[in-house]
Amino acid sequence: MSILDLSPEHRALAETVRSFAREEVAPVIGKLYEAEQFPYELVAKMADMGLFGLPFPEEYGGMGGDYFALLLAIEELARVDSSLAITLEAAVSLGAMPILRYGTEEQKREWLPVLTSGAGLGAFGLTEASSGSDAGNISTTAVVDGDEWVINGGKVFITNAGTEITKLVTVACRTGTQPDGRPEISSIIVPSGTPGFSVAPKYSKVGWNCSDTRELVFDSVRVPLANLLGQRGRGYAQFLNTLDEGRVAIAALAVGLSQGCVDECVQYSRDREAFGRPIGDFQAIAFKIADMETSTHLSRLATYDAGLRLTRGESIKHTAAMAKLYATESAVTNAREATQIFGGYGFMNEYPVARFWRDSKVLEIGEGTSEVQRMIIARQLGVGG
Amino acid sequence: MKIAVCVKQVPDTWAEKKLSDSDKTLDRESVDGVMNELDEYAVEEALLIKEANDGEVVAVSMGPDKAEETVRKALQMGADSGIHIVDDSLAGSDSVATAKTLAATLKDQGYDLIIFGSESTDARMSVVPAMVAELLDLPQLTFASKVSVDGDAVTIQRQADYGYDEVQASTPAVISVVEKINEPRYPSFKGIMAAKKKPLESVAAPSGEPVGLASARTEILEFAERPPKAAGVKIEDDGTGGVKVADFLAEQKLI
Repeated sequence: MSILDLSPEHRALAETVRSFAREEVAPVIGKLYEAEQFPYELVAKMADMGLFGLPFPEEYGGMGGDYFALLLAIEELARVDSSLAITLEAAVSLGAMPILRYGTEEQKREWLPVLTSGAGLGAFGLTEASSGSDAGNISTTAVVDGDEWVINGGKVFITNAGTEITKLVTVACRTGTQPDGRPEISSIIVPSGTPGFSVAPKYSKVGWNCSDTRELVFDSVRVPLANLLGQRGRGYAQFLNTLDEGRVAIAALAVGLSQGCVDECVQYSRDREAFGRPIGDFQAIAFKIADMETSTHLSRLATYDAGLRLTRGESIKHTAAMAKLYATESAVTNAREATQIFGGYGFMNEYPVARFWRDSKVLEIGEGTSEVQRMIIARQLGVGG
Repeated sequence: MKIAVCVKQVPDTWAEKKLSDSDKTLDRESVDGVMNELDEYAVEEALLIKEANDGEVVAVSMGPDKAEETVRKALQMGADSGIHIVDDSLAGSDSVATAKTLAATLKDQGYDLIIFGSESTDARMSVVPAMVAELLDLPQLTFASKVSVDGDAVTIQRQADYGYDEVQASTPAVISVVEKINEPRYPSFKGIMAAKKKPLESVAAPSGEPVGLASARTEILEFAERPPKAAGVKIEDDGTGGVKVADFLAEQKLI
């Protein structure tokens, strides 16, 4: 019995998303990527397939699946394209999941159906210009004024925050000071279009060019007190937990990208000839591909293990960090080697491996850098301060 | 309205297909099976007709054990129940034996419509729908790019080089569809979960008909791998390029 033996339903889902990715995404993604366009049509098709509702209960418009189903969908998308995979990941794991986990019944009923159907996207605003890995050090503030929160500050690198279908951003705000002097952090739901909430033009990014990433500005933004997500002062714990889950999802994305590199290189090394024979006949190339396959397999084992623990409700801090660390660093290596195998073509944007290369680097950064993952893993072992 | 949709499991379109050395039939074990692409359009059309007119859709497939996956896929897309005709005696059946088996299974079950994809990506003969119609003595509305149902009357547009013919019959009738007809849905996860609980019946080959490789009316004598692509002919356009291209095409009997 291996962790890779999926249930028939999970397998059917993975096969469905795989078909979608190669039939619907692969033919058009290159052009969209070059034009840096958000893929509205593909996102709508993903919504029709129910991907945005995978791990949510049916009563909130979800598919009644589990987090593992989401991981499989992200993996299969990333095998062809990471922008769509991160759009799904951020929408579900960062946008909607905190509302399910921490929201009041009223908030769930108000916000989840539009997000789980995929008709609208949610975003999660944590990182700021001068607070990234030290996310407890944010400076965006929210103060109570009558029956409203008034938010001032800004966020950077926020995925899905500025699309035409973005419905809300859950913003981590400093809402006071705790007795021990540390900041009190709370999460507040800010609907798109709230006066004073502005979204900057898209960043010019190295990769993930079809995903929507924005800088956000909050200038005396007023939202009802009822928009507080969960309890006041619980924001820090909420986003740490959200990020633990998100790390498994990023690991799944990395597994998909690594597998995509293997898929492309196996094909190319059979077709491309040099010195009169397929380049795959040369050990220099064959061994690279063998290493890529091996690290993909190990990444998948670690990711599925963390995913399985997550769906069982076990603590995943340690395993999620290891899965994220190993899978993303492997993805970067695989993308670099895939580009090398493709030679000059691998440096041309029209080749999928070039996209993989550009898309891979951020995996070692987003939702906790590799350094942060090592810190978490070491601390779990009682070393590293 | 009771609709049967016939689906076939074929080797993955993306996989390298092989014939087996022993009996010269398609090696179905060594590659992943998928639902024949055109059959997805047939399922979609059956579901659209059902959604517009009420009724039920029964997916029917003849094939080895693993063809059950393809019946299951139809259930995941939205068919209500499935019938899997699975029998060792059926291995190697040709199109006539396939049509006879399907016809015997479909006969007298009260189907108003029996819908097929117009061809399979493995055999590509496009004859089974017509044979089944003939065996059941039903009108055949083949190569449909559009189907409309109005009470007992079913009308299709039949694809032709010059446009289309409009063909009408009264139900019960057999329809085969072409790719232009619709855009098949991908099963949602809810559909995948729901399919678990839908009835899927395995039935043996109906008795009395000679089926299988031994009774096939065609025989593969030998086969060879497709030769590698030869280099093309390059025509430099010195002002007579069009003529040269036309001459080349005429020589190949393409025009």
